[in-house]
Amino acid sequence: MSEKLSRASNHLTFLRTLERWKPAEIVFWVALVAVQFVFPTSLVFASQILITGLFALSLDMLLGYAGIVTLGHAAFFGIGAYTAGLLAAHGWQDPLLGLVVAGAAAGIAGYLSSFLLSRGGDLTRLMITLGIGLLLFEVANSAASITGGVDGLQGVAVGKLLGLFAFDLYGKTAYAYVLVVSFLLFAFVRSMMHSPYGLALRSMRENQVRALAVGIPINAVLTNIYTLAAVIAGIAGALLTQTTQFVGIDVLSFQRSADLLVMLIIGGTATLYGGFVGAAAFMMVQDRLSNLNPQYWQFFLGVLLIVMTLYLRGGLLGGLGRLAALCKRRRDKERS
Amino acid sequence: MNPILQTRDLWKAFGGLIVTKNVNLSLARGARHALIGPNGAGKTTLINQLTGVLRPSSGQVFLDGEDITRIPPNARVHRGLSRTFQINTLFPRLTPLEAVTNSILVRERKGLNIIKRRVFGVSRRVNHVDEAYHLLEQLNLAKDCLVETHTLAYGKQRLLEMALALAAKPKVLLLDEPAAGVPEGESDELFAVLNSLPKEISILLIEHDMNLVFNFADRITVLVNGEELVTGTPTEIAEDPRVREVYLGKGH
Ligand SMILES: Nc1ncnc2c1ncn2[C@@H]1O[C@H](COP(=O)(O)OP(=O)(O)OP(=O)(O)O)[C@@H](O)[C@H]1O
Ligand SMILES: [Mg+2]
Repeated sequence: MSEKLSRASNHLTFLRTLERWKPAEIVFWVALVAVQFVFPTSLVFASQILITGLFALSLDMLLGYAGIVTLGHAAFFGIGAYTAGLLAAHGWQDPLLGLVVAGAAAGIAGYLSSFLLSRGGDLTRLMITLGIGLLLFEVANSAASITGGVDGLQGVAVGKLLGLFAFDLYGKTAYAYVLVVSFLLFAFVRSMMHSPYGLALRSMRENQVRALAVGIPINAVLTNIYTLAAVIAGIAGALLTQTTQFVGIDVLSFQRSADLLVMLIIGGTATLYGGFVGAAAFMMVQDRLSNLNPQYWQFFLGVLLIVMTLYLRGGLLGGLGRLAALCKRRRDKERS
Repeated sequence: MNPILQTRDLWKAFGGLIVTKNVNLSLARGARHALIGPNGAGKTTLINQLTGVLRPSSGQVFLDGEDITRIPPNARVHRGLSRTFQINTLFPRLTPLEAVTNSILVRERKGLNIIKRRVFGVSRRVNHVDEAYHLLEQLNLAKDCLVETHTLAYGKQRLLEMALALAAKPKVLLLDEPAAGVPEGESDELFAVLNSLPKEISILLIEHDMNLVFNFADRITVLVNGEELVTGTPTEIAEDPRVREVYLGKGH
C-alpha cells in the first residue's frame, strides 16, 4: 500500500523522469545505426567521430560530473592507443583482447596519477595534468625503438573481430565495432551517472566542502572516477589504433587534450551526449573548412569559442534544451 | 554518563594568532548546549576542529569516548557527528530532494551492494527517497524540493542546511549560527524545527541572538579570544559579571 502511494508521488516521478531514456536519445542511437547504411562511403570518418565522442564522454565524467579539470586527458587515450598497437604489432591480434588490455593499462596509469590530484585546486590540477601529458609525449617520442617516435608505430595488424569479421578498407566492420563498443560503454556510464554514485559525484562537483561534511570520502571518489575515465579514454584510444591500424604520436599530444576540451564544451558538459555532439560538430566543420583553407578553421574556431562561452552557456545541447523549453512554454500558453 | 562529545586541551594557532586556547568543552548526552562569544572569538574554528576540517595544533577530540582527533571529516559523519555551516554551503545545481537523498544514500551506503550503488538509478531506492521527502516536509521544504537549490529563497536555504545535516541521522549536531542572515522575526520557523528535534540528538548551537539562546539552551559556554570564559546554566551565565562585561563592556 505504501509502496503504491509512493509510486504515485511527485518526488519519485521526478527522479524517474530524469533517469528514463528519452525519445531523443533513442533517435540519436538509431540514427547512428542508420549511418552504417545511409553513408557507406563515410564510415571511416564516422568511426573517428564516434571514437572522439567516446573519448569526450570520458572527459565529461571528470569535468562535467565530478568537476575535475584536466588538460592532459590525451595521456590515457595515447596509452590505450599504444598498448593496442604494440599488442597487435607483436602478435596478439585479437581486437577485443586489445581493448581490454588497453583499458587496463590506461586505468592503471589513471589510478596512479589520481593521487597527484587529490590535493590542490583547479589550477594545480590543470598544471599537473598538463605536465603528465607533456611528459608522456616526450617518453613516447624518445622511445622511438618501441613506439616508432614521430614516424608512428608501423606494422599494426589487427585480426578478425570475433574471428569472423575482417576490418575492411571502407570501415564497415570498423564502424559497427566502434558503435557497439561506444554504445555499451555509454549505457554503462549513463546508468552510473544516475546511480547513487553519480549523485555523490555531482554533489562533489557542486561543493566539495559540503560533500565531505555529508560523509563522502572525496579523495577515494576522485581516484575512482579518474581511473574509470582513464579506462574509457584508453579504450577509445585502442579503438582508433585498431580501426586505422596505425598509431601516430599525436595521440598523446597536448593539441588532442585541448581539442577534446573544446569539443565537450561546444557540445555541453554534464549532458552525457555533449561529447558526441561536440565531436561531430567540431570534426565536420573542421573537415569542411580545412579543405577550403586551413586558416579559416583556426579563425572560425576562435570566433566560435568566444561566442559560445559568452552567449551559449551549456553548449549546443544546453542551447537546444533551452529552445525546447521555450517552445513548450509557448505551446502551453497558446493552449491555456 | 560520559559526555557524548568532549575536547581535551584543544589548542589551535594560525601562525602567531591563537584562536583556540586550551579548550575543554564537554557536551552532555541529549544536551541543548549553546556556544556564544563575540565575533572572532573562535567559535567556527572550534567547530571546524570538532568536525575534522581543521587539525588542532594540539589536544584531542573525543566522540562517545573514542579519540577521533585523527579521523577525517567524512568518517566522523559516519560516526554520528554532523554539522551545518554559518555561510550557506549547499549544492547549488542539485534539487533539495537530490541533495537530501544523497546524504541518506551516503549514510546507508554499507547496506547497498555495488549494483545498487553504481548501476541502478537513485529512483529505485524508493524508501530512501521517501525518507528524504518526509524530512524535507518536516522542514517545510516539500514545495521547493524539485527546483535547483540556487533558486531557493535565503531562508529556505538555511532550512536545507539543517536538512542535509539531519539526513545523516546524527548523534551530535553542530549548528553554526543556523539563523545567520535571516531577518529578525523570520527565524521562528528555524527554531520551531530546532525545538522539535528528538532528545537523542545532542546539540551544540552557536548563536548571537541572546533571546534565542536563552530559550533554547540548558547549558551555555562563553568563548572569548579562543578561551573558555565560563560554562554554566543560562541563569548562571545571565548573572555572571564577567559575561556582562564582555557583552556590555563593549557598549552593547
Ligand atoms: N584559516 C584561517 N587562517 C587564519 N586565521 C583564521 C582562519 N580562520 C579563522 N581565522 C581567524 O580566527 C579567528 C576566529 O575566527 P572564527 O571564524 O572562528 O570566529 P567566530 O567566533 O566564528 O566569529 P563569528 O561570530 O564572526 O562567526 C578570527 O580572528 C579569524 O580571522
Ligand atoms: Mg563563526
